[in-house]
Amino acid sequence: MRKEFREYRRNRFIIYTMGTLPLIFTALPVISLFSISNSEDPSTVKTQVAITLLLLLVIPVVLPATIAAYSVIGERDQGTLEPLLTTPISREEFLLGKSLAATIPTVGVAYAFFIVLVVAIRFGASSIVAHDVWQPSWFLAELLFAPLLAAWSVWVGTAISARSSDVRVAQQLGTLASLPALVLPLLMSLQVFKPTATVAVVIALALAGIDVGAWRVVSKMFDRERLITGASAVTMRAEAGT
Amino acid sequence: MTWQGWLITAIALAGAIGALVGVKKTTGDILFAGILGLYLALAYSFGGTKRQVIANADASAEDDVAQETDVAKVTVPAAVYGSQTPREIAEAITSHTGNFADAVDDPEMNDSVIVVRHLTKQFGQRVAFEDVSFSVRRGEVFGFLGPNGAGKTSTVRTLSTLVTPTSGTAEVAGIPVNSGHDVEIRQRIAVMTEVPGLYLRLSVTENLAFFAGLYGYRDTQPRIDRALEAVNLSSRANDLCGSLSKGLRQRVGLARALLNEPEIVFLDEPTAGLDPVASLEVHNLIVALRDRGVTVFLTTHRLDEAEKLCDRVAILNTTLRTVGRIDDLRQRMFQRSVLVSTLAPLTNPEKILSPIAGVTGWSQDDTGYVLTVSDVRVAAPAITRALVAAGADVLSLAEGHHSLEEVYLELVGAAVKGGEL
Repeated sequence: MRKEFREYRRNRFIIYTMGTLPLIFTALPVISLFSISNSEDPSTVKTQVAITLLLLLVIPVVLPATIAAYSVIGERDQGTLEPLLTTPISREEFLLGKSLAATIPTVGVAYAFFIVLVVAIRFGASSIVAHDVWQPSWFLAELLFAPLLAAWSVWVGTAISARSSDVRVAQQLGTLASLPALVLPLLMSLQVFKPTATVAVVIALALAGIDVGAWRVVSKMFDRERLITGASAVTMRAEAGT
Repeated sequence: MTWQGWLITAIALAGAIGALVGVKKTTGDILFAGILGLYLALAYSFGGTKRQVIANADASAEDDVAQETDVAKVTVPAAVYGSQTPREIAEAITSHTGNFADAVDDPEMNDSVIVVRHLTKQFGQRVAFEDVSFSVRRGEVFGFLGPNGAGKTSTVRTLSTLVTPTSGTAEVAGIPVNSGHDVEIRQRIAVMTEVPGLYLRLSVTENLAFFAGLYGYRDTQPRIDRALEAVNLSSRANDLCGSLSKGLRQRVGLARALLNEPEIVFLDEPTAGLDPVASLEVHNLIVALRDRGVTVFLTTHRLDEAEKLCDRVAILNTTLRTVGRIDDLRQRMFQRSVLVSTLAPLTNPEKILSPIAGVTGWSQDDTGYVLTVSDVRVAAPAITRALVAAGADVLSLAEGHHSLEEVYLELVGAAVKGGEL
């Protein structure tokens, strides 16, 4: 992981992505939150708060997907994949290292944005907005959903990276393929389910289940021969008809 | 954006909308679960550009890559091998499989660190290499030669446990490959690919520290220092790899290969693209490795390099054409000869040269006469005497020398002429 973090620090693309993407996603909704007065209709305020907090959850989905999409194909592009795979590193170590290296900083960025936002709202926004934001269910949701969504995003990004031949394709596809996981928090944000702490925990459990499934699929896909030659033994056996 | 990407996104959006609209609560739940399941299935099936990768991979790495077929996997019962020597591991595995019984019993093989028997690798219908058998002795520099697409890189990848052989057996550092103990093999070997494969944004030391960590070493600095000293790069330890020349990067790659103090080092085209000075430095490092008792498996196109460095060579062109010491190959493939140069052409060479004992034939070229002989030590004195007796002014008389290039071309060039390539 240390190596990954060093590379991030020295890669302007990753730094800019981590810095600017969250701003792009959250700037307008946050501004609109601050423009709400105490005389606003409470249901409108609730919806606006829910949408803004949901958009904060886009951060741990989009950022790790971008980084994870680079994880395998990036190594292949710079010729480090083969030397890496000829070391005693196990499949689990490789995947864990890559996933944690993508998850930790992005969850950190997501938490940081959340903390800055809620503190700013507490002291700068109208009391009706502050009241709706400072609910345990939202805090719990952010706390639980951010790492779980990031983990999903990392597995999707890694899976696509392992099968892609182009970094840009992997990043675009990885980002898009990660977004559907937002459906569960979306249900809560749009109050299809009442946004309570229990609902947040249930959704978190569902996300955790999806993460475990994704981890298993990606582990299965991680095959040294496939990564080096682009084809797995099983697939090629089928294609060869042997 | 690929069509798979659009499809996945469209399905995900449809799922979200379906769930949110929620015709009725239960219907909405079922619809959502169904769409989510479909999405996951499609994402798994289409999530990438697999076929494109196969095509691209096929174009790279000497055309050695692509598809895969049957796998001959050795089943080994679970066991703890941490404290056992490679030979003990091999024997333990052999006792269950019998695959390496011959290798273990054969006294000559007991000194071999690589034993390959009838090894074949197919990618789909395409054969990368076929029925290859050879052994590499401990501490030797073994050259592995062949034209592009001959299967050299695939062989190295098979022996370094990156790809699975289709059939046949191989033993590396005393451990059978594909026996469930590939990690033990990887701990005992090092591979340096044609591209050094360094993280260009990291310094030399950071690169080495990362790889040393992968071998499980905690206190990595002494190892890094030793490795850098061995390749004479200590002064550049803190430079970013991206700022180094190609030759220096190659040396960093070699330093990385020394980190785990391997028994066997696989070097795949280590001097490709290097200038003569940088090549010479790499040659010196290879010699230094041999002096340290490390076995070097050298894949190269450069025949002068192989001739200079290798104790033995194998020539591969999908199948193994030959293997042995370069001198032995010369003798095996070419008749021995004596080259004679005279001040003036002989007046009647047939009368002078043909009767000489030990001379089996002769020909004339621009520089003199080439006499094929059965034994140089017998024929050379007789030739000298015959020439002097005939009154010839002899300028020189030397044993004919065939280069490795001639051996190689004789073996591989024949295949080209025969349309095999």
